[in-house]
Amino acid sequence: MRPAGMRYALHAEWTKLRTAPGTVWLVLAVIALTVAMSAAVTAAARCPAGGCAVDAARTSLSGVELGQAVVAILAVLAIGGEYSTGMIRITLTAMPRRTIVLAAKAVVLSGIVLVAGTISVLASLLAGRLILPGPHPSLEDGSVLRATVGSVLYLVLIALLSLGTAIAVRDPATAIGIVLGLLYLFPIVIHAVSDPDWQRHLEQVGPMSAGLTVQATTHLSGLPIGPWAGLGVLATWAAAALLSAGLLLHLRDA
Amino acid sequence: MTAGTSTVEREDTGTGRDGFARLVRAEWTKFHTVRGWVIGMVAAAGVIMGLGLSPGRQGSCGQNGPDSVCALPVGPGGQEVTDNFTFVRRPLAGDGGITVRVTSLTGLLPTSGEGTRPGLVPWAKAGIIIKDGTRRGSAYAAIMVTGAHGVRMQDDYTHDTAGPPGGVSVASPRWLRLTRSGDDVSGYASSDGTHWARVGTARLAGLPATVQAGPFATSPQYTQVINQPLSTGEVSGPSQATAALDHVTLQGAWPAATWTGDETGAFSNASPLQRGGFQQTAGGFTVTGSGDIAPAVPGAAGLGTTITQTLVGTFAGLIAMVVVATMFITAEYRRGLVRTTLTASPRRGRILAAKAVVIAAVTFVTGLAGAAVVVVFGPGVLRANGVYVHATTTFTEVRLVVGTAALLAVAAVLALALGMVVRRGVIAVTAAVVVIVLPYLLAITGLPTGAARWLLRITPASAFAVQQSTPQYSQVDNVYTPVNGYFPLAPWAGFAVLCAWAALALGLAVLLFRRRDA
Repeated sequence: MRPAGMRYALHAEWTKLRTAPGTVWLVLAVIALTVAMSAAVTAAARCPAGGCAVDAARTSLSGVELGQAVVAILAVLAIGGEYSTGMIRITLTAMPRRTIVLAAKAVVLSGIVLVAGTISVLASLLAGRLILPGPHPSLEDGSVLRATVGSVLYLVLIALLSLGTAIAVRDPATAIGIVLGLLYLFPIVIHAVSDPDWQRHLEQVGPMSAGLTVQATTHLSGLPIGPWAGLGVLATWAAAALLSAGLLLHLRDA
Repeated sequence: MTAGTSTVEREDTGTGRDGFARLVRAEWTKFHTVRGWVIGMVAAAGVIMGLGLSPGRQGSCGQNGPDSVCALPVGPGGQEVTDNFTFVRRPLAGDGGITVRVTSLTGLLPTSGEGTRPGLVPWAKAGIIIKDGTRRGSAYAAIMVTGAHGVRMQDDYTHDTAGPPGGVSVASPRWLRLTRSGDDVSGYASSDGTHWARVGTARLAGLPATVQAGPFATSPQYTQVINQPLSTGEVSGPSQATAALDHVTLQGAWPAATWTGDETGAFSNASPLQRGGFQQTAGGFTVTGSGDIAPAVPGAAGLGTTITQTLVGTFAGLIAMVVVATMFITAEYRRGLVRTTLTASPRRGRILAAKAVVIAAVTFVTGLAGAAVVVVFGPGVLRANGVYVHATTTFTEVRLVVGTAALLAVAAVLALALGMVVRRGVIAVTAAVVVIVLPYLLAITGLPTGAARWLLRITPASAFAVQQSTPQYSQVDNVYTPVNGYFPLAPWAGFAVLCAWAALALGLAVLLFRRRDA
């Protein structure tokens, strides 16, 4: 891959995404909704001062469950808009090497989500500090730091999963339906299945149930899958989506 | 393009009902000629059936020979009941009565380990009972003191009348009296044995001439909810209650000379807490029992599951339908078809109404087919896997099927309206899924019970209440949470919340459709 080609592609994708109507609003929505829901759940889960059985860090970060939906919108629209307007044909004429286009889109999108995610996650933790009585989760604590960094990476991986899905199915509404289905249906089905072995298996493969284990800071032995391994499961889902997207981009006409 | 409202023209052919029918037909043609949408609907029905008919649960009922068959006794009202208690009885021939004084009610609760600790569950019961024989599920009327609900008069499992509040002790005992006169059994309570107040009268139709009567004690399953973020668990186990009764006086004909002690519905492999018994003391008895005389409930405090379990695929079907419903309107914008549509029929409110009618009808029929198959065949699959499924009336089953179909139809209309409002399929699909599915998900996973119940009262997810299949009984302590199939609103009230949201969104959509250029 020529470095120059990649640099042009990155510049082009950055310009497209930066100037697309709605990108700024969606980034603001990711932050606002994540923090708002984190604060609401934390306020609802607030326990009497002193004895607190809740995982304070995880509760403070629960807004990620809502924020990820907006991240998915951002990612799907990053490519979906091109398909619905026919822009994709111009993109591929200007940049015939599809792997570069896909890689550039993934990099630019990851960068944006990394920034939005970091702000959301840190602001959520701050909100948690204001709402919950002490002792507060501190970033100096290794597991809290892991939960924080992991939550940002979780959002980036959700963006990549959504991007891959959107390219693979080419229709934005269907793509978001598939992504949200993958995320939200696993936990609901897990609750309906009472068999403990099945529950555990489903928790280990569901992108959201496995990925969000990275937020756990207490009761680590009770987790269905280790925190980083859980994030690895989500990374596998995202990689699979991007891989099939790359393959289909090569095989299909735009 | 000129502004919409200023250029509204009358249609030159067909007005009123006829014109609307033509619009509906046009929209139906648009729908069924798009292969992807039809496939989406078939997929929605398929996933509802697939998830409903895949077992996913394993039970032990009937899996290890005839002894392992799970069966619950059936009460006089036809409902499944729990009927396990220690019964100290003598036959009572004809009319008569029994009076006792209860001086203490104590109990034992399970701990998270193997041990026990002293304590009473709120619905621990001890008192006197008149029952149509010793068959489990037979008719009865009883007056009792309880762990935390004062004096109660109960009959035929589902009826419960409150008497004087407060617990019992040697210092403040409670006198109880039960009298039979024909089919009527009346319960009385007193704090001194002289001044009596009637608590209630039960009519037990067809009570035989000779009944069994005497003191009883029982104590239901103990449940404690453990709230942790993103996982709500329960600790549950049997509990035990012991009551001391004296001053036993009998009226009427009591042919047998001695008292017989029974553990009605005793467990074959009982844990120490589940063993009961009685001792005769000077002028009275000490009765120990475990179990309950109450309607049987699914979930933590009971056995098995309900038919609601089979409808889990509704969520997956809902997402597919939301996608199709949103595209039904946003595709017009993407392809510019909306301009043709508006030229052919400039009255915008009616176009949106026609679209809503078509999408609602299609999703209703699809949902009806999916839910009907699951409700009819799903319980059989679960039972074949050894899971006990509570019986439901045909009326409830019809409500479940029609309610699920209606839920999907109104959700699709909500998605359609959101699609019109934001005109971007991706955002509309996400908004619809986030307001309908996410509150339910939060309610069953992360949130404390109070917040969860609040969410399921005001968000569109309240509509899943139409899928509740067993009633909530105030006289049975159970974990009445959404994850166990219990919703804070009545079935159709919950559905009405979704309807209100859909109406609001549709109103906004019509308003914006009229004011905006296409």
